[in-house]
Order: sequence, then C-alpha cells, then structure tokens
Amino acid sequence: MIDTSIDKAAKATPVGLARRIRGLSDRTIAWIFVAPTIFLLLAVNIFPLIWTIRLSFTDFRVNRPNRVVEWVGLRNYERILSDPDIWATMQATAHFLIWTIVLQVLIGFALAFLINKKFKGNDLWTTIIVFPMTLSPAVVGNFWTFLYQPQIGLFNYAVTFFTGADPASFSMIGDVHLAPWAIVIADTWMWTPFVMLICLAGLRSIPDSIYEAAECDRASKWRQFWTITVPMVLPFLMLAVLFRGIENFKMFDLVVQLTGGGPGNTTTLTSIDLKREAFEKWRTGYSSAYAVILFVTVFGLASIYVKALNKVKER
Amino acid sequence: MSTFINGLLRLRRGPWEMVASILIALGVVMLMQPFAIILYSWSFLITLIGTVMFIIVSHFPE
Repeated sequence: MIDTSIDKAAKATPVGLARRIRGLSDRTIAWIFVAPTIFLLLAVNIFPLIWTIRLSFTDFRVNRPNRVVEWVGLRNYERILSDPDIWATMQATAHFLIWTIVLQVLIGFALAFLINKKFKGNDLWTTIIVFPMTLSPAVVGNFWTFLYQPQIGLFNYAVTFFTGADPASFSMIGDVHLAPWAIVIADTWMWTPFVMLICLAGLRSIPDSIYEAAECDRASKWRQFWTITVPMVLPFLMLAVLFRGIENFKMFDLVVQLTGGGPGNTTTLTSIDLKREAFEKWRTGYSSAYAVILFVTVFGLASIYVKALNKVKER
Repeated sequence: MSTFINGLLRLRRGPWEMVASILIALGVVMLMQPFAIILYSWSFLITLIGTVMFIIVSHFPE
C-alpha cells in the first residue's frame, strides 16, 4: 500500500504530540482554527474602537505624548455638539448623501433596466458603463477638476451647449452654491455603475415565467413593472443603498481631490473635518469623540436598514 | 394600537424595535437638519439611546 502525504505526516508526528492531538475534542479543534481570526478581529476592530471611546473622554494629543493626559468627561462631546461649524459639516454631508443616493438609484436602475434588454453590443455597453467604477477616486477627482475648469473644462461647454450661458461665467468648484453639486455629480458618475450592477443582478434573477403568467393575465407592461419588477428588485436596490450610504457617509478621497473641502467649508464633509481635527490640529481626544458620534450614527442607521431589508426579503 | 402597546408591555421584539428605530431615525434627522442647533445638540443622545435600545431589544422574544 502506498503511503499518502497525510499518512507520512501522521508517521512523522512525534508519539507524545500525536497522543495529545488525538485527545482533543472536535470543539477544541474548531476553537484552534477559529482563534486566530477572533484574535485578529479583536486586535484590529474591537480594541481600537474601545481605545477610541476611552480617548474621547480625555484631552490627549498624539503629537505631545509626554504631556499629562487629563480626563475631561463629556466636555469633548459638549463642544462638538454645540459647534455651528460641525453642524454645517453635518448638513453638507446630508446634502451629499441624499442627492448621491437618489441620483445613483434612479440612474442606476434605469441603466440596469435598459442593459437587461437583449440588444446588439449589450456586453460592450455594460463594459463601457462599468468603466468609471474601476478607476481610483484620486484619478476621478483629478480629471473632474479639469472637466470643471471654467476656461477649458468640457462640463462648462456642455452646459453652455444646452443653456447658452457663457462657459467662463460660472465655476463649478469655485462657487459656494455649485461646489456641493460638483461633488454630487462626480460621485454619481463614478458609482452609478455599481448600483446598476446590483440592480442588473436583481433583474436577471426574476424568472421569465412570472412575466409570461402576467402576459397570460393580460397585465400591461406598466403593471408588470410595478407589481413584478420593482418588488423583486427592491431587496437588491436596498442593498445598493446600504452600501452606497455607508460609503458616502465616510467619503473622503474624491472630495479632497476635487474641492479640498472648499470653497470655504461648503464641501467639507464629516470625514474631511475629522481628518483635519485628528491629523492637522492633532486634537486626538476631541477627534475621537467626533469619530464616536459618527460611528454611532452609521451603526444605528445600518441597524434599522438591515432590519428593513430583512422584512422586504421575507415578503 | 392596543396590540402595539400590549407588545411593549409584554417586552416583545417587534414593537420595541419599532420604538428604537424611530429614535435612531429621529436622532439622525436632528443631527443633519438645518433649522435649530438645539436639535443638533441633543441628536447624539437620542441616536445613542435608540442604538443601545436596538441592540438590547433585538434579543427579546418575537
């Protein structure tokens, strides 16, 4: 009989060790396999979270490690929650979050609906549409900066083509009213394909037999859309909103590259503000409290959203 | 309505999760609304209460 590699390994194991291993229960062996993952999770996720919560009650500054750290209680939270500038930052984030999600869902679903139809060049169009998603946010931010240039930018010329306005008369990035929309447009351009792909998966999961049954019952296309397509794609759509909502709440790179948070503070989102507090002003305790506030908000929102998602799936 | 209140009194998961969800949603709206800074100041406390409540009540029986 030829020895397999397992037999060879078993023979090579010292007798004492082999006896000990043989004595382990299935449960213990399972724990041995799971333990490294649990340890990593605790070290990388849970410990920093607990440490951040602890720091949020102090005036710790990471650039002054030898300074005596004082316990300040809830003072950091009080200061953040009474600061009009941070309140404005929250509003800028809300504007960005709401409009990007609305536009991405509407356009993404419409594109998925069109791509789902069988036509020549379907795969090519899918590839072209998905292309922006594959780019780095830094690259997207950089070339949208060029597109928004008042003198040479294609975006301004496109607006001119439709409205007749002088291209040099407005600056998408420089105007306090237009800059929040500039970041919404760039993010929508980049991430709509992601929503489209998820919606496409939902559309392709609907069996043709359901539509055939509806045809037999003489349901109109409009009725089929509202009573078959939309309810069956809804869980996928909600999943896309969850992903995009969480991602956009912590949006940083694209906006920094595009506007740097300006003009003024009109496009300063919470993550940009948090980074400034933590790594430019070095107020570690204060920024920890800021991070805890954002964490609780996202965690709370995600909790109720997952609950809603489960309810939709149960239907 | 009486079913909802009965559920609350008997510590059932559904109605309590509903209360927690409303608190979280209210807290987030208060955090991001542009009308009154006093609402913004209390928003975190409301969201925190809602979130902790949600974690606890999700272990209640159906």
